[in-house]
Amino acid sequence: MTDYRTPLADIRFTLRNIVDFDALTGLEGFAHAEPDLVDGLLDEAARFFEQVVAPTNRDGDTVGSRRNDDGSVTAAPGLKEAYRLYVEAGWGGVGFPEEYGGGNFPWTLSIAIQEMLTSANMAFSLCPLLTQGAIDALIHHGSEIQREIYLEKMISGEWSGTMNLTESQAGSDVGALATKAVPRGDGTWSITGQKIFITWGEHDMADNIIHLVLARTPDSPPGTKGISLFLVPKFLVDDDGGLGERNDVSCVSIEHKLGIHASPTCVMSYGDNEGAIGWMIGEENAGMRAMFTMMNMARLSVGLEGLAVSERAYQQALAYAHERRQGRAPGAPKGVSSPIVDHPDIQRTLLDMKSCIDAMRGLCYRNAEALDHAGHGIDDDDRRRGAQLAALLTPLSKAWCTDLGVELTNESVQVHGGMGYIEEAGVAQHLRDVRITPIYEGTNGIQAIDLVGRKLPLDGGAVVRAHLDSIGVTLADLDGIDELASVAGHLAAALDATTKATEWLLEVGSSNPLDGLAGAADYLAMLASTTGGQILADAALAARESGDADLARNKALLARFFAAHRLARVPGLRAGVESGIDDLALGRAGILAG
Amino acid sequence: MKVVVCVKQIPDPADPGELDPDSKTLRRDVKLILDESDSYGVEMALQLVDTAGEGEVHLVSMVPNNEVSGLRTALAMGAAGASLISDECLAGSDALGTAKVLAKAIAAQEPDLVLTATESSDGYTGTVPVQIAELLGLPSVTFAKEIEIDGSTAKVKRQTEAGYDDVECPLPAVVSVTAGVVEPRYPSFKGIMAAKNKPVEELTVEALGIDAGEVGWAGSRQDIVEITAAPVREAGEIIEDEGDAHERIVAFLDELKVL
Ligand SMILES: Cc1cc2nc3c(=O)[nH]c(=O)nc-3n(C[C@H](O)[C@H](O)[C@H](O)COP(=O)(O)OP(=O)(O)OC[C@H]3O[C@@H](n4cnc5c(N)ncnc54)[C@H](O)[C@@H]3O)c2cc1C
Ligand SMILES: Cc1cc2nc3c(=O)[nH]c(=O)nc-3n(C[C@H](O)[C@H](O)[C@H](O)COP(=O)(O)OP(=O)(O)OC[C@H]3O[C@@H](n4cnc5c(N)ncnc54)[C@H](O)[C@@H]3O)c2cc1C
Repeated sequence: MTDYRTPLADIRFTLRNIVDFDALTGLEGFAHAEPDLVDGLLDEAARFFEQVVAPTNRDGDTVGSRRNDDGSVTAAPGLKEAYRLYVEAGWGGVGFPEEYGGGNFPWTLSIAIQEMLTSANMAFSLCPLLTQGAIDALIHHGSEIQREIYLEKMISGEWSGTMNLTESQAGSDVGALATKAVPRGDGTWSITGQKIFITWGEHDMADNIIHLVLARTPDSPPGTKGISLFLVPKFLVDDDGGLGERNDVSCVSIEHKLGIHASPTCVMSYGDNEGAIGWMIGEENAGMRAMFTMMNMARLSVGLEGLAVSERAYQQALAYAHERRQGRAPGAPKGVSSPIVDHPDIQRTLLDMKSCIDAMRGLCYRNAEALDHAGHGIDDDDRRRGAQLAALLTPLSKAWCTDLGVELTNESVQVHGGMGYIEEAGVAQHLRDVRITPIYEGTNGIQAIDLVGRKLPLDGGAVVRAHLDSIGVTLADLDGIDELASVAGHLAAALDATTKATEWLLEVGSSNPLDGLAGAADYLAMLASTTGGQILADAALAARESGDADLARNKALLARFFAAHRLARVPGLRAGVESGIDDLALGRAGILAG
Repeated sequence: MKVVVCVKQIPDPADPGELDPDSKTLRRDVKLILDESDSYGVEMALQLVDTAGEGEVHLVSMVPNNEVSGLRTALAMGAAGASLISDECLAGSDALGTAKVLAKAIAAQEPDLVLTATESSDGYTGTVPVQIAELLGLPSVTFAKEIEIDGSTAKVKRQTEAGYDDVECPLPAVVSVTAGVVEPRYPSFKGIMAAKNKPVEELTVEALGIDAGEVGWAGSRQDIVEITAAPVREAGEIIEDEGDAHERIVAFLDELKVL
């Protein structure tokens, strides 16, 4: 089994060439993010996650986190200590405001650090990740007092956070939730109800757990319009920030899962006894709005999980492919078995993984860059364009990177042959771990609907058209470069097909939305793959400029590989996008009638 | 109290690069990092200053290029400042040449205590600490596992094969710290940010008043005659316990003549 080695060169390359990091340092509040300092942060973060967190990944899987009879949850071996060091080093605060103890760095840098955390141990990473979501909701919607009391401790990581949306009858349809909030007459609320699937809902790593809970107030309108957001701490907090009594919230069970065994997925019960005390965040019935604020960030982080786990699975597959000898590769001397990396099919598999990983990294980091412009842009226009691009890219990052995460970790298992199927090899874990990512934080089916139903119509289609235009700019830059001619060819064909599918959707989307829904998933794959092709082409172009011949050769070959194996499939997806609802409806009436 | 810690910046052992066939030494034109062996000295020094309630930790490092990334790590851990002796003429220095340069830079700091590792992870001669002590005319204590400062005396637990010796010496002194005896802290991201503004004084050989002929290839009295690849480690023998494992292990050790 291979240790995790942070792909620092690739991360730096992406920050410098795929993202315009220099431009980010020109945005409001980011001037301190100078190259030297950013380099230092990346170096030390890499060392930290490799040495402290990565070694916990196996025990996290095999032993897992456990619920004890008294309702407490003991984190998997080594995690409590790793978390303590994580808090001490302060890595959770890099991208948050200085006034609450953060570093106020661009989110793009946080995302790079989060990639390392997630590769090191995805199940563990979910605790900081959910905390991050709760922090984001508090920053944007919390009252001044709430921010004063909670933010500093949550940003440091001393207190962790959770997000409580799901109930047994309310998954994708959050509006169906039934947890109740009743005023207690002193400004606080009494919360009662049961939430399921709550990630890190209970554990022993942090001193307090701040639950953000969606619930309904009396006489609230039905559906998502009647949902409010509440803060329910595990331990009540005194005015001076000290910990008081235990609140009436408990973990009644944890789930047995396919993967991420170190992350306790809890059934949380609120108000079994005297009633859980909660504080409303933001306005009554505005809970969904608060959720939407943090959704972009959370969905990007889940997309990043697809990338991060794939990276680790790739490193393991590459190392194994050098170790394992089997068969004789073409041209190898007789009587000696070759390392499997000498077989063309293994080379193809590994290059598929590597090229997709580079494309995913580019996409996730560009998505974060758009979020930075949205929040810190130089003017209204910059902020608006940032927000719109982030809105468009978020479902792509979430769904494409997590679908690829499953595909690529599966390829890693395949490279390992029979050993891949044996748990001791440690590679099946990645496939099992990453399998949740297309499901939670809005299933990938929901992401496709979001893309087609909400994102394409933004500004009457101007947002997606501007993005397609930017791909056209890359295409023009490829003109006349012989070694990237095949990239230009496949990118042109993919762009043409995607543009046509986009126009078709924009048109039928308004006249017959069901046709749009029918083709949504295929369309997401089209747009994301074409965007991935653009990113790898941009990388190849930047590498040519770098003066580093090895780099230029490698990036060119990855762009060509992706073009031939992934971009070339894009035009074939168009038929699926435009096939319409009719056969699905027929199927529903017949084959799927049940 | 002022503690000077010698920190060597070395090629990343996980990605060490190559040996230069001409000079028979490791190529150092790659990125250098803090030698892990020295992180223990840095941690020990930070703890001593913490216990003393006053003072600071100052780093001294010598490199042939002007690499600072290893220094930044130690500064981010909490050291207050650093002296970096960087001079092209230092390339190829042997241990004594290194010790001469370090000794001059250390003396300029007028420290109460000088810490080093017992040996570096790359050069590995383990001779620099005692050479520094000799050149500065200071007491030398090696293989420290614990240091306590009592007024102007250092009380050191010095690791031995059998256990440890209690050693006392007057300050200032040069003490080498055994790897693994403390848990080096990981720099916090705030520490990393603060390190950016900490002073790193760059010194040349000339500024230290050393004749360039005494150091580097010119001054080296060591000649690396030959380098050979280390033998590949053979697969070990796995002894499964069928009730007689202890006897087989004893027989095995007997054969190696280690018993
Ligand atoms: C390990 C784990 C951790 C989790 N962590 C959290 C957490 O911390 N907090 C939290 O609140 N929740 C959490 N969840 C819940 C998770 O977000 C939900 O499981 C997810 O939103 C899907 O809801 P569901 O399970 O009810 O599936 P369903 O909504 O029942 O979906 C079943 C299938 O139907 C499809 N579908 C549903 N509605 C539509 C529609 N309108 N159009 C098209 N297709 C549709 C879905 O895409 C899916 O394929 C977690 C879940 C798991 C398994
Ligand atoms: C067998 C051998 C191989 C060598 N290989 C190489 C090589 O591949 N490439 C090359 O350039 N040189 C090489 N050298 C030279 C060697 O790196 C220098 O002599 C070195 O500066 C001191 O030797 P050392 O690392 O063995 O010190 P040691 O005596 O092992 O070091 C003990 C401690 O002294 C301190 N210290 C030592 N050097 C420095 C420094 N430069 N700055 C700050 N503190 C320091 C550190 O605390 C260190 O842990 C080699 C020497 C020998 C004898």
